Amino acid sequence: MVSVKRLVLDILKPHQPNALEFSGTLAEVGDDYYVSLTVIEMDENTETVQVVIEGGNIDFEAIQLAISNMSGSLHSIDVVEVQSTPSNNN
Amino acid sequence: MKPLSQIRFLLRITRTHGIIRRYFVVNGFDGALTMLGIIVGFHFSAPASLSVIISACIGAAIALGVSGVSSAYVSEQAERRRALSKLEDAMVTDLQESAHGDAARWVPWYIALVNGSAPLVISLLIITPLWLSNSGTHLFISPLYAAIIIALILIFFFGVFLGHISGISWLRSGVQTVLIALLTILLIYLFTGV
Repeated sequence: MVSVKRLVLDILKPHQPNALEFSGTLAEVGDDYYVSLTVIEMDENTETVQVVIEGGNIDFEAIQLAISNMSGSLHSIDVVEVQSTPSNNN
Repeated sequence: MKPLSQIRFLLRITRTHGIIRRYFVVNGFDGALTMLGIIVGFHFSAPASLSVIISACIGAAIALGVSGVSSAYVSEQAERRRALSKLEDAMVTDLQESAHGDAARWVPWYIALVNGSAPLVISLLIITPLWLSNSGTHLFISPLYAAIIIALILIFFFGVFLGHISGISWLRSGVQTVLIALLTILLIYLFTGV
């Protein structure tokens, strides 16, 4: 089994919800998620942000859904860190 | 998300808290002043039965409520659609299924309900003494005077609320709105009572 441990995402989002609310909602997707958000670029209606998510087993589908629910658009997955764990076949 | 948190979230992302507050004050004040005008008008004219006065007041209150809901909904729906369309252009994506899409659908209703219910509720509060008296409850003063006093108190509180928002003296703001109400009474007296 492969667990996603870290993701770095490039996202285009409206100014609202703001960075605090946006990252807070992403953190709420999992029980142990650590989220760091950096605003890269800003214009009149939108901002490009880089979001780093760390967790024991990140649910990417749920993260993607949360981003689109908040009117964000995932542009790219810039970094992925995954780890395989031995499956128990006994 | 709980319904109340969802409403707060949608109002926050559309930055419409201020609009709701403004609509509440403007239309609530409208309702209070309209009821005051009708009651004072009846007071200065030939005596009429309480049931006639109550019917006139309820008629005006319902009209204010319906007008408040419909006018705010139509204008806010247009504003929200325009804002969503502008954001979709900037994001180069369809946002109908997102929070902003929800906001464009629901925020006009929230604003319309506040805009319509403010004058309706205020009006019903003002005519409460008329209802009580008409249903046989003994009041210590004339029901028309009691209704006028309630209207003036509510108008004073609107002023206090506005003072609180703008950060100026609540007493000064409250007295200002009461003076507007007294000026209204004077004008009605000049046109109907002399």
